Amino acid sequence: MHMPLEDTLGLNLLAANQHQADHNREHFEAWRLLCLNVMSSPGAGKTSLLERSLAALAPEFAMAVLEGDMTTQLDAQRLEAVGVPVVPITTGRACHLDAAMVAGGLRLLRQRLNPADLDILWVENVGNLVCPAEFEVGEHLKVALLSVTEGDDKPLKYPVMFREADCVLITKIDLLPYLPVEVDRIETHIRQVNPRATVIRVSASSGLGLPTWHAWIRQQLCLRLSMALPVPANR
Amino acid sequence: MHEVDMTRCLVLSMQSWRQRHEPTLPSVQRVHLEVGRFTCVEPEQLRFTWAVAVQGSWLDGADLVIETVPLVGRCLACGATYHPTVEAAYQSPCCQRPLEEIVSGRELRIRSVDYTLPTPTPTPTPTPTPA
Repeated sequence: MHMPLEDTLGLNLLAANQHQADHNREHFEAWRLLCLNVMSSPGAGKTSLLERSLAALAPEFAMAVLEGDMTTQLDAQRLEAVGVPVVPITTGRACHLDAAMVAGGLRLLRQRLNPADLDILWVENVGNLVCPAEFEVGEHLKVALLSVTEGDDKPLKYPVMFREADCVLITKIDLLPYLPVEVDRIETHIRQVNPRATVIRVSASSGLGLPTWHAWIRQQLCLRLSMALPVPANR
Repeated sequence: MHEVDMTRCLVLSMQSWRQRHEPTLPSVQRVHLEVGRFTCVEPEQLRFTWAVAVQGSWLDGADLVIETVPLVGRCLACGATYHPTVEAAYQSPCCQRPLEEIVSGRELRIRSVDYTLPTPTPTPTPTPTPA
């Protein structure tokens, strides 16, 4: 007669991923860099935003990008053209980056540079509003993008992503005159699911809102590294 | 289909649990999960990927029992708990506050494991040899 037994685990379902994510974060802490995980649906403008932000922030900060893409390296090539080191991570069938994939990207990055020399490590996640929200990669902060063309109901339909974000960027606001969408309504819906998030309206095309977004990054770096606010060289 | 990766994480956790019982191999009947409503997990898909993942492994035949945990928010204005809904834009019905505090609904937890251990084979008592 076998006695039925029960073990209480009380363990996070994603404990294996969490363990690797914590390990990645320990590295980021040791290297004294800020890691940002950038997430959105496909086509919301992650790569366009990064192109602008990398170019604008390059005079102040040393940066690198881990670029998640399901099958191609097209985004990585676009960002490489800005002059910032980019490591492409092709995820294959996976619709998100997980902590082990980012650890693999870090190993490749270390062959090219010393991460301790970096100020900011960007992780551009795979375009998807669902999965990336649940898989931590060791980032310090999550940034979610929502373009005005996606409609104002998305924060309510995909609440986990927007709830998890530290900063939500409403992108492509230069298109507002051509769309039957109220940007205030988008922002209200974001704040309904996440009253704590910083919400910034931006356009990578016109540059509108980018200075506010870049100021947020500087502020987060200062908070993270407790260092003096760097003054841009051109001012 | 991120449930595939979630199942992989779950199987890895089960493998570490098994190591506690080494060298005996526990026979697992049920794995109990708590999955909150405010997560990106679809319980049906998780059950399906689990059944496929454990086929032919030491976990073959183990059932995945998923308890769904409702989303409960707390209104920070009056302290009342409520069930946020997408129709009400997750607002508290009492004071019309946004979703500030989540009391439950974000769970993704392996709660417990039901299993049996093989009965140890009794060591045969040596029969005294006649002198």
